[in-house]
Amino acid sequence: MAKYMLLIYGDATRWDAMSATERSALEAAHAAFREAAGARVLGGEELESAPSATTLRGGVTGDLITTDGPFLDTKEALGGFYLLEAADLDEVLALAALLPEVRAGHSGVEIRPVVFHG
Amino acid sequence: MNEDVVAAVAAAHRRDWAQVLATTAQLTRDLDLAEECTQDAYAQALLVWPDSGVPARPGAWLTQVARNRARDVLRRESRFRRTLPLLVAEETVPGPEDGLVADDRLRLLFTCCHPALAREAQVALTLRLVCGLSTAEVARAFLVPESTMAARITRAKKKIATARIPYRVPSSDQLGERVGAVLQVVHLIYTTGHTAPSGPELIRPDLSGCAVDLARLLHLLMPTDAEVSALLALLLLNDARAAGRVGPDGRLRLLAEQDRSTWDTELIAEGAALLTDALRRGPPTRYAVEAAIAAVHAEARTWEETDWAEIVALYTVLQRMWPHSPVVQLNRAAAIGMRDGPRAGLDALTPLLREPALATYSYLSATHADFLRRLGDWPAAAVAYEEALTLTGNEVERAFLTDRLTEVRRHLP
Repeated sequence: MAKYMLLIYGDATRWDAMSATERSALEAAHAAFREAAGARVLGGEELESAPSATTLRGGVTGDLITTDGPFLDTKEALGGFYLLEAADLDEVLALAALLPEVRAGHSGVEIRPVVFHG
Repeated sequence: MNEDVVAAVAAAHRRDWAQVLATTAQLTRDLDLAEECTQDAYAQALLVWPDSGVPARPGAWLTQVARNRARDVLRRESRFRRTLPLLVAEETVPGPEDGLVADDRLRLLFTCCHPALAREAQVALTLRLVCGLSTAEVARAFLVPESTMAARITRAKKKIATARIPYRVPSSDQLGERVGAVLQVVHLIYTTGHTAPSGPELIRPDLSGCAVDLARLLHLLMPTDAEVSALLALLLLNDARAAGRVGPDGRLRLLAEQDRSTWDTELIAEGAALLTDALRRGPPTRYAVEAAIAAVHAEARTWEETDWAEIVALYTVLQRMWPHSPVVQLNRAAAIGMRDGPRAGLDALTPLLREPALATYSYLSATHADFLRRLGDWPAAAVAYEEALTLTGNEVERAFLTDRLTEVRRHLP
């Protein structure tokens, strides 16, 4: 078994503009995903939107700089994640295909294997 | 070195490489180690066979040697290897109820063509691992330096291990969506072998032969899939005519000049039957239409008998299916030139001269040159032949274009 991080990216303005009906359809689809994935879901959360982010990094002189906003200020924002445990990539691909963001047009899911430290 | 043995090892390399590697990978769960052991087994054959004689089943012998070698390495490195990500392999062989052919080569092919790998990586891995070409040979086929190709292959193998791309034929519910990429890779390997982008030979039979073998294997796996049948038909209908494309003098023979008695009538019949089957099973797909065009050529007994009206009609269908392919438009223009004469062909081709995707495509210049030559526009034809020559890396094609250029220049003041 191996662990995979599913990173859900999309256009935040489209997410913010969702109607109540669209929002509940989205949540129902995530519930279906959790149901199908079962114990393979190790964790997962929806994130507050990118403007709520705070980024901390070192400046040239070694001091810490705190800035407002996400690390990468892109149109496609990280909206949420799941941590899954699965046998192989095909198993993850089959499950990830159930996520509504895969078919929304403006969003998608990046699958990253997690480093195994023994 | 005994020449018979060298020939037998070469034949076993062509025929059995993928099977030996695939079966060894099943044991090692590590493509690099499997590759190393497979290479060792072939080196061992060169040493041992001159004395022992060529075994009755060379593939089985090579597999045995490669697997023994793998077991030795695994035993020695067992502690170290346990910490590395392993190739995800199937523990059980699928039973007949799966309706799948349990062939290790197919497992390897589907792993190499997994959609999580970039197309160029899929092609490189398939040629290296499934077809057994050396990295240098793969690099030469795609006109990249060997170090670039080696890095590409290493990166792809690393991704298979770290992302755990499984080592198996996809389950029947995933097979349909996965087979498309495999067919594209096989088709690309074939076309690269059909006219080598560079080098002294027109055809690279190591590439085209491997593609035909893989298409046959896929057809065994999915005998009722129309797209698979159509691709195999297309490759066979082209391959059947390969022997006629170069004359005994080593020079390029255009279709009009080919000795049609060199064509393989059995392959043509097999390809035509597969095409008929594919068309019966569903609406025509891209490969089916291309195969139909190849069939019209293959089934014409003489050049004069070629049904150009039919070929233009088929290209029109292809253009509708694939509206953004300038190569299809170019082929259609060439066919129009055959049906209605060079003036009509030139009119159909002229808009393509502004097409950026074809800016370095030698067949555009060569076709343009041919129309101008047939119209007697010698200065323009000479310019177009010169342009085609700068864009062509294949020496057989270069010799042909040089002859034409010389002929055209004779008419210049």
